[in-house]
Amino acid sequence: MRIEEHPVLQFDRGEKVTFFYNGQEVEAYSNETIAAALHAAGVRRLGHSPELHRPRGLFCAIGNCSSCFMTVNGEPNVRICVTRVEPGMRVEEQQGKGVVTP
Amino acid sequence: MIRNVEVLVVGGGPAGLCAAQAAASMGAKVTMLERDYVPGGQLVKQTHKFFGSEKQHAGERGFQIGRMLLDEIQADPNIEILPETTALGCYEDGVITALQGDKHLKFRPERTILATGAAEKFLAFPGNDLPGVYGAGAVQTLMNVAGVKPAQRVLMVGSGNIGLIVSYQLKQAGVEVAGVVEAAPRIGGYLVHAAKIRRAGIPILTGWTVKEAFGKEQVEGAVICQLDDKFQQIPGTEKTIACDAICLAVGLTPLTELCWQAGCEMKYIRELSGHVPVVSDDLETTKAGIYAAGDVTGIEEASSAMVEGKIAGYSAAASLGHSPEEAARLRQEAMEELRQLRSGPTGGKINAGIEKVKQDGGVVHVNLYRYSH
Ligand SMILES: Cc1cc2nc3c(=O)[nH]c(=O)nc-3n(C[C@H](O)[C@H](O)[C@H](O)COP(=O)(O)OP(=O)(O)OC[C@H]3O[C@@H](n4cnc5c(N)ncnc54)[C@H](O)[C@@H]3O)c2cc1C
Ligand code: FES
Repeated sequence: MRIEEHPVLQFDRGEKVTFFYNGQEVEAYSNETIAAALHAAGVRRLGHSPELHRPRGLFCAIGNCSSCFMTVNGEPNVRICVTRVEPGMRVEEQQGKGVVTP
Repeated sequence: MIRNVEVLVVGGGPAGLCAAQAAASMGAKVTMLERDYVPGGQLVKQTHKFFGSEKQHAGERGFQIGRMLLDEIQADPNIEILPETTALGCYEDGVITALQGDKHLKFRPERTILATGAAEKFLAFPGNDLPGVYGAGAVQTLMNVAGVKPAQRVLMVGSGNIGLIVSYQLKQAGVEVAGVVEAAPRIGGYLVHAAKIRRAGIPILTGWTVKEAFGKEQVEGAVICQLDDKFQQIPGTEKTIACDAICLAVGLTPLTELCWQAGCEMKYIRELSGHVPVVSDDLETTKAGIYAAGDVTGIEEASSAMVEGKIAGYSAAASLGHSPEEAARLRQEAMEELRQLRSGPTGGKINAGIEKVKQDGGVVHVNLYRYSH
């Protein structure tokens, strides 16, 4: 959920855009990271760990911990907490360690 | 292609911003790398009025201080700011590599100032890897930068200033805080912050900890329990808290990977919250030409980070022959400022830590890597 009113802050979210999460269209703003947009849409489980398949979500939100890896436009292991949304972007839950296609 | 630069500042928090400003004001050409979209470091996320002395803009809200520092340097033609650029490696010959989008950049700086700040500490308990267990910094980034609620109802772990401040910020953002648990018998943070959140009706439980997080695909609740005076869990005291997030505010530790890579001598100093580079009074590490400033030299405050930034900036500029006398005078002034800051109530611990860094021996070389199974 987005914060609509805040006593101290104003948010410069940019323009409305849409992208795809597991094939589903999601509304977002151009100044948001993928992680923020997914959280706003209520998606907090971002994937599963490669070996024990435990559910994974973000932890640090600043690109430090690798807990938020997803496949973005076919590229695996993207830290979505530091990657901005782009219109039409395809964001997918990743299977295992991901495969890099040349 | 390797770019030659005069002074390279890694990290654009209060320490990095002030280091860049100081070095450039003496005539040095500065390039600053910042991982985030906007420089400012921790300041970007802080909505509260800062403590500290007026000289470091105390009384202003954190994000406003960050903006002021940034405005000051953005106009400076001697400073090039590269946002969304993460330094990846610091090599033995001084070369620094960085990632900017999908571009791999290489720099050969004459002087480097490492101002990478801190990383959050983690806590061991069953279920701590479930989605919804967040670092306090992540909660702040989501709500104060992106304007997105991290959850509906949060359990805060840790009653230091960060735990208290973030609890209050959650309340400001319209998120319910179920309570704050604190393992120690006393509240860790300042009384003003504790009073504010007590007034907001948020309970603070001292002598309690989180025993486990439960939930299938994400956090659905937490079990908390009481601790005895040896910090052991007391069976039978368990309580279940309904919450969809657990926020860990259990301290910070210096973010020193680049210092390790560069081969700086490192020491583990408890008072400074982890491994820190051994530095001289000029804040030069044991690797000639590499300086360190701010939380990376020990977890402290924004005010001291700014002053340390200045000391490193003036020292680096002077060592390159830029206005050496003027730089020496300003550096001396900054050192006096730092001394005054550390004569305050929290300074004792920091001073004790710094003394330990200066003593011989006690060097530990271990690397702390995290790995996700
Ligand atoms: C909730 C909270 C409340 C606080 N309240 C106060 C207060 O009231 N008063 C006070 O004085 N202090 C306060 N502090 C402390 C203060 O914010 C920090 O001590 C201060 O920000 C440290 O400054 P720094 O520049 O060393 O590090 P940071 O502010 O952490 O900045 C480090 C910067 O380096 C960047 N970086 C890291 N690694 C890389 C890399 N490899 N490549 C490129 N860039 C990189 C980071 O993105 C970041 O921008 C508070 C802190 C928190 C978390
Ligand atoms: S949440 Fe830590 S890297 Fe993205």
